[in-house]
Amino acid sequence: MKTAEEIKSAIEAAIPGAAVEIVLNPSPSGQHSLRLAPESALAVAKFLRDDEELKLDYLSNVTGVDWPDSLESVYHLYSVEKKHGPVILRMKTVNRTDQVELPSLTPIWRSAEFQEREIFDLYGIVFTGHPDLRRLLMWKNFKDHPMRRDYREPDDFEWEPTAHDEVLKRSREQGSGIRDQKDGVSAGQ
Amino acid sequence: MNSFVTDISASPEKPVGWNRPELIAESGDGELLEVAMGPHHPSTHGVFRMDVALDGERVIKLRPVFGYLHRNHEKIAEGQSYLASMPFTDRLDYICPMTNNWAYALAVEKLTGQAVPERAEYLRVILGELTRYQNHASSIGFLIQEMGASGTPLMYAFREREKILDLFEELTGARMMVNYMRFGGCRVDASPEWLDRTRMVVAGLGGFADEFERLLRSNEIVMARTQGVGVLSAELAVNAGVTGPMLRASGVNYDIRKVDGYGIYNRFNFRVPLGDHGDVYDRFMIRLLEMRESIKILEQALKDIPGGPVVDPKAKSRGIRPKAGEAYGRIEAPKGELGFYLVSDGGANPYRYRIRPPSLINLTVLEDMCLGSDVADVVLIFGSVDIVLGEVDR
Repeated sequence: MKTAEEIKSAIEAAIPGAAVEIVLNPSPSGQHSLRLAPESALAVAKFLRDDEELKLDYLSNVTGVDWPDSLESVYHLYSVEKKHGPVILRMKTVNRTDQVELPSLTPIWRSAEFQEREIFDLYGIVFTGHPDLRRLLMWKNFKDHPMRRDYREPDDFEWEPTAHDEVLKRSREQGSGIRDQKDGVSAGQ
Repeated sequence: MNSFVTDISASPEKPVGWNRPELIAESGDGELLEVAMGPHHPSTHGVFRMDVALDGERVIKLRPVFGYLHRNHEKIAEGQSYLASMPFTDRLDYICPMTNNWAYALAVEKLTGQAVPERAEYLRVILGELTRYQNHASSIGFLIQEMGASGTPLMYAFREREKILDLFEELTGARMMVNYMRFGGCRVDASPEWLDRTRMVVAGLGGFADEFERLLRSNEIVMARTQGVGVLSAELAVNAGVTGPMLRASGVNYDIRKVDGYGIYNRFNFRVPLGDHGDVYDRFMIRLLEMRESIKILEQALKDIPGGPVVDPKAKSRGIRPKAGEAYGRIEAPKGELGFYLVSDGGANPYRYRIRPPSLINLTVLEDMCLGSDVADVVLIFGSVDIVLGEVDR
C-alpha cells in the first residue's frame, strides 16, 4: 500500500493541474487523508479507481462534516482487488451558506448514491452530477439540514395536540402534514 | 425465465449499471400499476417502503423510500459522551447488537490507541460469531417464511437463536440490548460455567445447520423460487459498495475478517464461502456455509480462550477525551461492512460520529436486481439483502 505522499505524487503525475493536499491526522489511527480541489476531483477519482497499482474499486463510506467555516465531504476508499486501504479523500465547500456545491462521485462509484443523498439531506451539500439527488431520510418538503451544528429544532410541532398559529404555520411550511386535516397531505416523499 | 436488465457499460456520465427508467409511462402495452409496498408490509422487516411500478406482473421501476425509522442517531451521539452512545448502538441492527458494540469500540480504540486484553479479544470473537450464526439462521428462516411456509421453519431458526440469546442474557443481563463492549475490552468477565454452557450450545449448532441445509438443498419449491432470481453481477456489486454475504454470493472474495484481520481473526482457521451465480439461492447458501465457518471459529476460540482481565484496570472508558483527529474502524458484521467514522476535536463528545450502515448501502442495487422480475419475487430479493431498518434509517 502506498503512503499518502506517494499517492499524491502519483495523482499529480497522472493528472496535470490536479491540486492535492495532504491532511495529516494526529490521532493514533494514523489515517491521513488527501484534500482534493473540487474542479479536478472527478478526474482524480477516476484515476484512483482505474490505476493498475491502486485499483481503489470500492468506495466504502461517504460522509459529511460540518466545520465552522465550511462543509466537508469525506470518502473512504478501499481496494477489493488488491485488498488494501483506506485511502481517504476530502473536499471542502467554499462556505456554509450559498456556495455549497461539490462534485458528486456517484458516476465513479455507485455506492455513493444513497450516501451522497443522505449528506445532501442532512448537511445540505449539493452534489453536482448526482443522477438522483433527493432527500433520503427527511420528507421532501422539509426545509432545514438537521445534522448541521447550528440547526435548532423547531418547536415540537409534529406532536402539538392542537396545533395553531405559529406552530401550525411551521407545520404547513415543513409539509409534515400532521394535524393538517384540510387537504390530508401525507408525510411521505 | 426472467430477463434481467443489467447493462453495466460504465461511462463517466452514467454510473455503473445505471439503468433507471426516468418516466413511468414509457414501456409496455397496457396500463401500468403503481404499488406502494410497505411501510406496513410484513415482508419489509420493519417500516420500509418500495414504490413499485408494474406492467402486469413485471417490475419496471422500483424506488425505495427511507426514513420511517429515522431518529438522527448520529446527531444524538454528537451531543453526548463517547461511552453514552454504546447502548444506543445496540438499537441500530437490533438482531446483532454485539457486532454493533464491537464496531464502535474498535473505532474508538483506533482513535485513542487503547489496547484490548487477550481474553476480551477472544470473548469478542465468540460473541461476534454467535451473533453471526443467529443472524444468518433467522435470515434464512425469514426467507422460507416469505415463500409461504408460514411459521414453522422460522420458528426452527428462532429456537436456535433463543439458545444464543439465553447466553447473551446470562452474560450481559439483556437478550438483545446487551451494551456489553467497552473501549479497551468488555464490561464483565465470562464465568467458567458460562463458557461451558456456550461449548454445549456450540456443540449443538452443527446439527441444526445440517437440518436447515437439507431444508434448503432438497426443497424443490425453494429452489424454483430462488435460483436465477435477483442476479447481481460481481462488477456491479463491488462498484455499488455491496458487502457481506451478498457480495460473496456474487463471487467476490472480500471478507474483512480476512482482509483487515481485526481483533484476533488471523489466528483462526476458517474459509470464506463464495457463490457462483449471485442469485437469491446463492445468497442463502453462503449464509448457511458461513454458519458452519462460524462454528469452526467458535470451537477454536472456546478451546484457546486464555485467562486474565477483560479490560485493562487502568484504562478509562468513562469521560474519555481523545486527542484531536479522526478514525474509521470497520468490522465484518453479519450484514456486511459496519464502520464507524469518528472525528474528535479534543472534547468529551465526538465532533462527528458517523455510521456506515451495511443495510442501507446494500439496498443501492435493489432496483437493479428487481427490474424485470415478477412482483412476487421482489419480496424474496428484498429478503435476500437481509436488512434491519434500525440500521437503514438510523
